[in-house]
Amino acid sequence: MTSVKVKLKQNDIDKIKEICAAHNYEPGELINVLHQTQEYFGYLPAEIQEVISWELNVSAAKVYGVVTFYSYFTMTPKGRYPVSVCTGTACYVRGAENVLEEIKKQLDLQVGETSDDGKYSLSCLRCVGACGLAPVVLVGDKTYGRVAPDDVKGIIDEYKDKD
Amino acid sequence: MHLMVCGGTGCRASASDTIEQKLKNKLEEKNLENDIQVVTTGCFGFCEKGPIIKVLPDNTFYTQVSPDDVDEIIEEHIIKGRQLTRLLYKDPQKDETIADAKDMGFYKKQLRIALRNCGFINPENIEEYIARDGYEALGKVLTEMQPMDVIDAVKTSGIRGRGGGGFPTGLKWEFAYNNQSDQKYVVCNADEGDPGAFMDRSILEGDPHSVIEAMSICGYSMGSDTGIVYIRAEYPLAINRLKTAINQAREFGLLGEDIMGSGFNFDIQLRYGAGAFVCGEETALIHSMEGSRGEPTIKPPYPAASGYLDKPTNVNNVETFANIPVIINKGADWFAKIGNKNSTGTKVFALAGKINNVGLIEVPMGTTLREVIFEIGGGIKDNKKFKAVQTGGPSGGCLTEEHLDTPIDFDNLLAAGSMMGSGGMIVMDEEDCMVSVAKFFLDFTVEESCGKCAPCRVGNKRLYELLTKITDGKGTREDLDILRNQSNVIKDTALCGLGQSSPSPVLSTLNNFYEEYLAHVEEERCPAGQCKNLMKYIIDEENCVGCTACARVCPVGAITGEKKKVHEIDPNLCIKCGACMDKCKFNAIFIK
Ligand SMILES: Cc1cc2nc3c(=O)[nH]c(=O)nc-3n(C[C@H](O)[C@H](O)[C@H](O)COP(=O)(O)O)c2cc1C
Ligand code: SF4
Ligand code: FES
Repeated sequence: MTSVKVKLKQNDIDKIKEICAAHNYEPGELINVLHQTQEYFGYLPAEIQEVISWELNVSAAKVYGVVTFYSYFTMTPKGRYPVSVCTGTACYVRGAENVLEEIKKQLDLQVGETSDDGKYSLSCLRCVGACGLAPVVLVGDKTYGRVAPDDVKGIIDEYKDKD
Repeated sequence: MHLMVCGGTGCRASASDTIEQKLKNKLEEKNLENDIQVVTTGCFGFCEKGPIIKVLPDNTFYTQVSPDDVDEIIEEHIIKGRQLTRLLYKDPQKDETIADAKDMGFYKKQLRIALRNCGFINPENIEEYIARDGYEALGKVLTEMQPMDVIDAVKTSGIRGRGGGGFPTGLKWEFAYNNQSDQKYVVCNADEGDPGAFMDRSILEGDPHSVIEAMSICGYSMGSDTGIVYIRAEYPLAINRLKTAINQAREFGLLGEDIMGSGFNFDIQLRYGAGAFVCGEETALIHSMEGSRGEPTIKPPYPAASGYLDKPTNVNNVETFANIPVIINKGADWFAKIGNKNSTGTKVFALAGKINNVGLIEVPMGTTLREVIFEIGGGIKDNKKFKAVQTGGPSGGCLTEEHLDTPIDFDNLLAAGSMMGSGGMIVMDEEDCMVSVAKFFLDFTVEESCGKCAPCRVGNKRLYELLTKITDGKGTREDLDILRNQSNVIKDTALCGLGQSSPSPVLSTLNNFYEEYLAHVEEERCPAGQCKNLMKYIIDEENCVGCTACARVCPVGAITGEKKKVHEIDPNLCIKCGACMDKCKFNAIFIK
């Protein structure tokens, strides 16, 4: 997993410490600490993991092991408009693969990548629970249902002029 | 009068929250807000026709409502008392409209026990749950029953775990009861990893109190004061509703200390999953709750002996729990009469794929696949031909036409080469390639294997590579034998349920669709026309006028031909991008 180099500011470090304190520095709370930290920072680069490792008194290797095990945790920041394609079984049989291909083409991104300007990122999800609308695409919190490859351009155009 | 608006994930995704807001605004405008209540409910189940609004007490069931319909619903139905025919469900077979859900083919054969409250109550209001006999079972258990009476009732009901394994729930509770300890735990498995299923999520979104009540009952029976729900972080709506429900239960004294003055203490915490399918396996789930990587460990010890923090722990699935209060209220014998001898009660399925009525259904065990697909599901989409139905998700298999009359229960599905699983049911038609479906599931398993044991980590990867080779048209007959042998080896040697069941999609398709595999390896042909690398783009000599447009657009120069003469595509160069076909104005290019 690639990571970006970041320099943490003092108040960032304080925030992480605060989250760890709220969980009583309990090593068993590691996953909950990671959830809260990611919710705040958007991602979990190595530098953040190190602070958590110190605070909870667990090895950095263990923190890294947990972060990389769970697909929900990410070490690279998501785009401002994260695009997610559902590749659950229902969406798959209704043609999600072709939709994904079209999105890759339109955004010029592979799955797991974020565009250089930080605007879009592309990921896959497994069943968002809207199988009646399959295939489903999400941009941020907005859900698009019954998406055909031909609809992709229109969806992305909605975000073209936003920054 | 009540307006019940579906607030399930599917309907929310089609703007049911906007509809709800507009309804409220409009009612206020007409000064009707005190007479008519707008209630957000959990999933009605008929997701295909969402967003859904149900009007009570006349039971009018409006489908595919859009925010623009709100004014008319209020003006016509609410004020003038006239149903809006255009928003009623139309029976595609009989060509007539049906206003009451209970008359629709989709609902007729269903029996809702676990889903009894979904679509009927506001999940964020505990009083509505209580009004439908909520917490009555807990009251009965605490005041009239000894722990062993509860366990006996659960055993007599015959209920088996709905999370996939099908282990008898009463027995499990008894093990946990018999293991003495200063601390025990009740865990609810809400990890729901099957990629294409949303049963547990819908129960938690639509009726969270039924799970809370059941966990308390379980706690009382085994002697535990702490419940933990392990829920996917990807389910924000379910998490919020569960949190609200837990807080309300505490306020009402239904969680916490000395519940109903009985001296019994019980409370519930939440733990969040983080996107790992294997964490649905109970030992992995427990490691994840302890803050580690969710890797399974060998059983025994079973969680009932040594689970969370090495204490006796009982893990049950969301749907299993949702059945418990009804078993206590209506009696174990009542429950045991539903379904089959060895599979009692009902099962919830998330019915999806190439089917007319996608949605969440609950049927008595023993209902046949045909009834589910053709009566409840309304048959195959676009009048195509049924080809297969997949149950059990990545651990299950594909069944065919000849299995359609199989009664759905734990043992029959297993005997047919699939499994009950947690409730995903995906229907496929003639355009779905079974080799690709097997590959789709293997892709999933390879990604989700925790990597702890070699058969699963390496073996599944090899299976995936072989399937890719076959869908690329480079497979041989020998590969099919390797595929089968290797699948059996993985099945026999993997450490946990994930690896042991991961070859099922391959084995079941090999058994049921061998011809299709043969077509791929011997004729380099995909009968379903889905495998891109086996498609051939061909120029029709009759229609081609030799305009050269295709030759100019082909990015790899695979098309040759003189001007005004029939052109030709070199299949060895063609990358199947389809650009030529898009460009041709004379419909002269087709795919074979
Ligand atoms: C790979 C794997 C994934 C599983 N995923 C789930 C799941 O998502 N939800 C669930 O309730 N059980 C799941 N199980 C089954 C659990 O291990 C366990 O049997 C179940 O939670 C017990 O509850 P029940 O007896 O009420 O079914 C899974 C098992 C395996 C091997
Ligand atoms: S079978 Fe797969 S998921 Fe299970 S322990 Fe082995 S590697 Fe991990
Ligand atoms: S499979 Fe995509 S929403 Fe369920």
